[in-house]
Amino acid sequence: MSVIQPATPARTFPRRRRSTRLQRKQTRLAWFMLVPALAVVAVVAIYPLGLTVYQSFTNEQFLAGLQPVDFVGLDNYRYLLDDTIFRDSVVLTIKFTVITVAFEFVLGMIIALVVNSGFKGRGVMRAVMLVPWAIPTVISAQMWKWMYNDIFGVINDGLLRLHIIDHGVAWISQPSTALASVCAVDIWKTTPFVALLLLAGMQVIPTDLYEAANVDGVSKWHQFWRITMPLLMPAILVTLIFRTLDALRVFDVFYVFFGSRPDTQTMAIYDQNTIVTVGDVGYGAAVSVAIFLIIGLFVVIYTTFMRVQER
Amino acid sequence: MSVALDTDRAARAKALAARQRAQRRSGRRLVKRIPFYLLLAVIFFFALFPFYWALRSAFTPERDLFATPVQYFPLDPTLDHFRSVLSSGEFQDALLNSTIVAVAVTLLALAIGSLAAYALGRFQFRGRSATLYLMLSMTIFPQIAILGALYTSINRLGLYNSLGALIFSYMIFTLPFTVWVLTSFMRALPKDLEEAAYIDGASPLQVFYRVMLPLVAPALVTTGLLAFIAAWNEFLYALSFTATPDKRTVPVAIVSFTGESGSAFQTPWGQIMAATIIVTLPLIVLTLILQRRILAGLTAGAVKG
Repeated sequence: MSVIQPATPARTFPRRRRSTRLQRKQTRLAWFMLVPALAVVAVVAIYPLGLTVYQSFTNEQFLAGLQPVDFVGLDNYRYLLDDTIFRDSVVLTIKFTVITVAFEFVLGMIIALVVNSGFKGRGVMRAVMLVPWAIPTVISAQMWKWMYNDIFGVINDGLLRLHIIDHGVAWISQPSTALASVCAVDIWKTTPFVALLLLAGMQVIPTDLYEAANVDGVSKWHQFWRITMPLLMPAILVTLIFRTLDALRVFDVFYVFFGSRPDTQTMAIYDQNTIVTVGDVGYGAAVSVAIFLIIGLFVVIYTTFMRVQER
Repeated sequence: MSVALDTDRAARAKALAARQRAQRRSGRRLVKRIPFYLLLAVIFFFALFPFYWALRSAFTPERDLFATPVQYFPLDPTLDHFRSVLSSGEFQDALLNSTIVAVAVTLLALAIGSLAAYALGRFQFRGRSATLYLMLSMTIFPQIAILGALYTSINRLGLYNSLGALIFSYMIFTLPFTVWVLTSFMRALPKDLEEAAYIDGASPLQVFYRVMLPLVAPALVTTGLLAFIAAWNEFLYALSFTATPDKRTVPVAIVSFTGESGSAFQTPWGQIMAATIIVTLPLIVLTLILQRRILAGLTAGAVKG
């Protein structure tokens, strides 16, 4: 196709010219192959994101036709600042995130170290660890909800038999234990997954480092802090980012446990309720933007931390 | 000769002593390892107990299920719960819907994603790393942030309460991930085969179909499985974009399950647990068979990032 190009001054390196033409052709081909994927991403993610921002400045209601859609400027955001239910949901979500990520990280690290130390049946262990991850969150939440049952649940029965409690506890409906009961489900489901990611990072660390440390008589404890931790840092940070972002948008477990009970709404539950149940699309969009910014803030914090680490 | 015998005997005696010492040491090591194995047992117990409990509840007849003291083993096992769940039209619909959605999403994501991954993994061009970053940022995109916009778009397109709405919206979390993971697999392949094919006069698309796809077939299985599991497990969109029971997917059905004979006052836990077992068993089996592949895919997606 480029044959009919006007004659250009002859280059000293004809080879290079050929390769640039090939490159141009390759570039065109590459974009051609990327078109379907980029089109899908544009339609499914980028356009809706733009639309969300637009909607957040309107009073759009789901039952359109009853009320014309008007531009309301910053009204939604102004209202959002005084919305105590939303504020509570942010606090609850962050509490949930901090608790679960901390537990999952510490327990996951212990499990990863155990599995990494090598023993018979390690393969079985690794397979078993994948199982909770593969199960739909909604289903594990249902399994736990039944175990938490205040009369016929196994948790109450077990604790009663061990004389740890003297009467059945309504773990889910009682406000003082509600958050802990949800956290336990998430920790149960996700700790093995965290352990697997950390384990993958550990297995890349060269073993001769530990051998050298053993020769020098360095204790296992010091080996962990001086060799494992620093070399594992990239894997740790990536794992923490993924887990934090996941926890911040938590929806399934809370929905199964509490529905849209006002005192136990996460950001996602509040938003979904506003948009789908109430039908207030405009205000819901403002809530969405706020969630997006909060999650973005965590990403920024982590990436700056990562950059500091790399130095 | 006798000297040789002597040294032989001495060596054997030494070896015996060493073996005894080793045995004693390994005995001591065993004692030392008891806390370790105890820890292992605790991990196993916590990881598997909820499944055991779902199993025992699924096989325990209704009257024992709602009675105290709690039975830890079904003394009078029954298949009633399984029978009533499997004969429920709602659950059958949900299984069918989930299968259609998850298969369609997986195939679409693999078809579109592998093409994009080929371009990103094997070609050098301007905008390549920008596109990669776009895909990576999409993998951590919070789905809730565009719920309202998708909700209104889907309604305008007339897709509300249809499986199409789910297939369409599930692309957001399957496609970028598929592209990202497949790109890392494509990039790891050696150049020789590809170059040989080009020299033989194959076009880039032929190279893609005939050379690259067969080479990354294991990766396709891995990413396909991950996409399938993600689509099968999705709840937020499935809950928001469907309205009637005949369009529900499994997670939504399991949450809103009231059962056939379930009274209004009591949740039919036996049937719910039976449904749970039916739905998770294929996933567990698949995971156990393909665990190595899944791990490779997950770590390629997360750690190499």
